[in-house]
Amino acid sequence: MIRRALRLGLGPGLLGRGLGAHREGSTLDWHGKVSEIKKKIQSVLPGGAWSPLCDTSHLPPEHSDVVIVGGGVLGLSVAYWLKRLEKRQGAIRVLVVERDHTYSQASTVLSVGGIRQQFSLPENIQLSLFSVEFLRNINEYLAVVDDPPLDLQFNPSGYLFLASEEGATIMENNVKVQRQQGAKVCLMSPEQLRKKFPWMNTEGVALASYGLENEGWFDPWCLLQGLRRKVQSMGVLFCHGEVTRFVSSSNHMETAIGEKVTLKRIHEVHVKVDHSQEYQPVECSIVVNAAGAWSGRIAELAGIGKGPSGTLQGTKLPVEPRKRYVYLWHCPQGPGLEAPLVADPSGAYFRREGLGNNYLGGCSPAEEEEPDPGNLEVDHDFFQEKVWPHLAQRVPAFETLKVRRAWAGYYDYNTFDQNGVVGPHPLVVNMYFATGFSGHGLQQAPAVGRAVAEVMLEGHFQTINLSPFLFSRFYLGEKAQEHCII
Amino acid sequence: MKQSVKQSDGTGSVSPTLGRSWEPLRGTGGSQKDKNSLRLVAPVWNRGTSGIRGLSRSVDPEGSQRKGRTLLQFLADHFYDVEAVREYLLQKQVLKVLRKNRFQDKEWMRPNGRGLSGELWKLREVPIEAVDASGCAITYQGLDNLLALQELQSLSLQCCPHVDDWCLSRLYQLANSLRELSLAGCPCISERGLACLHHLQNLRRLDISHLPAVSNPGLTQILVEEMLPNCEVLGADWAQGLKLGPEEQSHDTASSPIPA
Repeated sequence: MIRRALRLGLGPGLLGRGLGAHREGSTLDWHGKVSEIKKKIQSVLPGGAWSPLCDTSHLPPEHSDVVIVGGGVLGLSVAYWLKRLEKRQGAIRVLVVERDHTYSQASTVLSVGGIRQQFSLPENIQLSLFSVEFLRNINEYLAVVDDPPLDLQFNPSGYLFLASEEGATIMENNVKVQRQQGAKVCLMSPEQLRKKFPWMNTEGVALASYGLENEGWFDPWCLLQGLRRKVQSMGVLFCHGEVTRFVSSSNHMETAIGEKVTLKRIHEVHVKVDHSQEYQPVECSIVVNAAGAWSGRIAELAGIGKGPSGTLQGTKLPVEPRKRYVYLWHCPQGPGLEAPLVADPSGAYFRREGLGNNYLGGCSPAEEEEPDPGNLEVDHDFFQEKVWPHLAQRVPAFETLKVRRAWAGYYDYNTFDQNGVVGPHPLVVNMYFATGFSGHGLQQAPAVGRAVAEVMLEGHFQTINLSPFLFSRFYLGEKAQEHCII
Repeated sequence: MKQSVKQSDGTGSVSPTLGRSWEPLRGTGGSQKDKNSLRLVAPVWNRGTSGIRGLSRSVDPEGSQRKGRTLLQFLADHFYDVEAVREYLLQKQVLKVLRKNRFQDKEWMRPNGRGLSGELWKLREVPIEAVDASGCAITYQGLDNLLALQELQSLSLQCCPHVDDWCLSRLYQLANSLRELSLAGCPCISERGLACLHHLQNLRRLDISHLPAVSNPGLTQILVEEMLPNCEVLGADWAQGLKLGPEEQSHDTASSPIPA
């Protein structure tokens, strides 16, 4: 068979004739192949270009059981819990791929760092309760031999949500749910507010909910470094690179009722090294999408959302980056040490920062006024026009303030219902999500990491049931809407 | 009667373990029968805990550097059972600390040579007015016992090594009755924890002296005084933060913002 093909190939004018000489799309280029082989032999011989002992230490390993795309707090939390919940020590090889080791654009470190249990969904409250317990005992969870303990700089000052007349009933219901789940929240009337916080103007406030315990703010950078250190000590590999491609295989199957379904499985992740064209194909069995604001892009690479719209194949991951500004200002007569993180009904919020009468705050813009997420430039006019008026109305002392610094960060905003996406994708069977938390990812990261690790290792949620947060809700249209969003 | 006395001071003997080493735990097993276990609280605390770093080692289950621990650590790494047992023992430190109590209209009750006297059992219906838990290794979970005392007027947590900002955030439950609070010398308390004392509106005396983790004692004292107007705050002298020299004395630390 081959001899016949070779003979046919060698003879001029005989190409194109004969059975089996040509398969679809392949031509037998004998001369080309011989010259290639000759070149390879030449390079292997001494003096040639090929060296068998080349240095690949800058590249990720060729095989890894789990590849986590994104090295922020969620990705590291999943890595931590995977290593902690694995059945035998060293059973799972985990690789964390992070594009930017300075975390200059990562949502984790640009976050205001608050943690609260005042949510409307019981799952969110449970996640936050576990996370605060994790933070409280962080030196037991993340202890590394011979390393100093972590100081999260936690301020247990609580959150104070203010509600106007329209929002008062919803707030009451939410507080009931929160109390049922075990959060320590109390409701306050305007008179009580005036007595407790004399610097506040309670005009327009009908009701307020105040977190008494387990709420406050902390240093996210410390949590990130602590997780990184611990996770490295547990044997997780880090790689500085960007995921550019997934190589997957498809399986065409039929459901019980005869519908055709294409299941995909990712086999390789191509990780491109920074400032170079070099890439390493990492063979893996599970991929975790914890890429934060860029999760949508990673999902597209895996082929999620490529299909006719309205079908499961055509359902995209609705997570996109949204830019949010944070401003730091100084106000000499501002609220004192007792000030919690105050969230105005207009959406503006602020909290105390340090002891020197400095305050941090911002406001989420309305849908129509969303800034362009292409860069992280700060718009100072936004503060003047949209944030300051509300702050000054709520706290009269803020009429005289001076903005010292400002920065911008991304929310990994879930446009569907502003709640996280966890768990596997129904069609791309080995991609797991841990993203889309729309501004409350940092405070839920420890609990979400544990939940995703449980799904990966056991197949179902064990401690907190996050089935309302699975990907399939985007196709089925079941919103798990969170009402208390800042 | 024996039961109650053992409960109130038996845990004092568990606190020395703190996951630090295996041998002392076995050693104190015998002392649980010995009612003098309360005396172990003070000397054990002084033993390995010099400064915050030492404390961290006592809390950190893997941080011990004694040779005898390496075998245990090796075993713990490879056998989940050993690690589970160690963690269980670590969590068994339920720390009820009633070293000294004062009941309503009565004198202080101290443990005599044979532990707390039998009178304690008879008086269990009487509300407790004051608790002196100085130097006790009470932790966040252990505070559950103190917070149940709704008539508590005076609480002294001086030099408690594990009382930190998280513990202070729980004290709001005593807001109705608490008049006196002393936190002097606690190494883990910072100004962030002091900020949540604003709930204690009935407080008349607050002692926040010698808190090594507070970054700016003078400024903190001023801010706490503003926060609790009816309370007498003893603590750092306001002049503590001032530098020497006439030209620098005008730079009161209150005016310089503390970097976040």
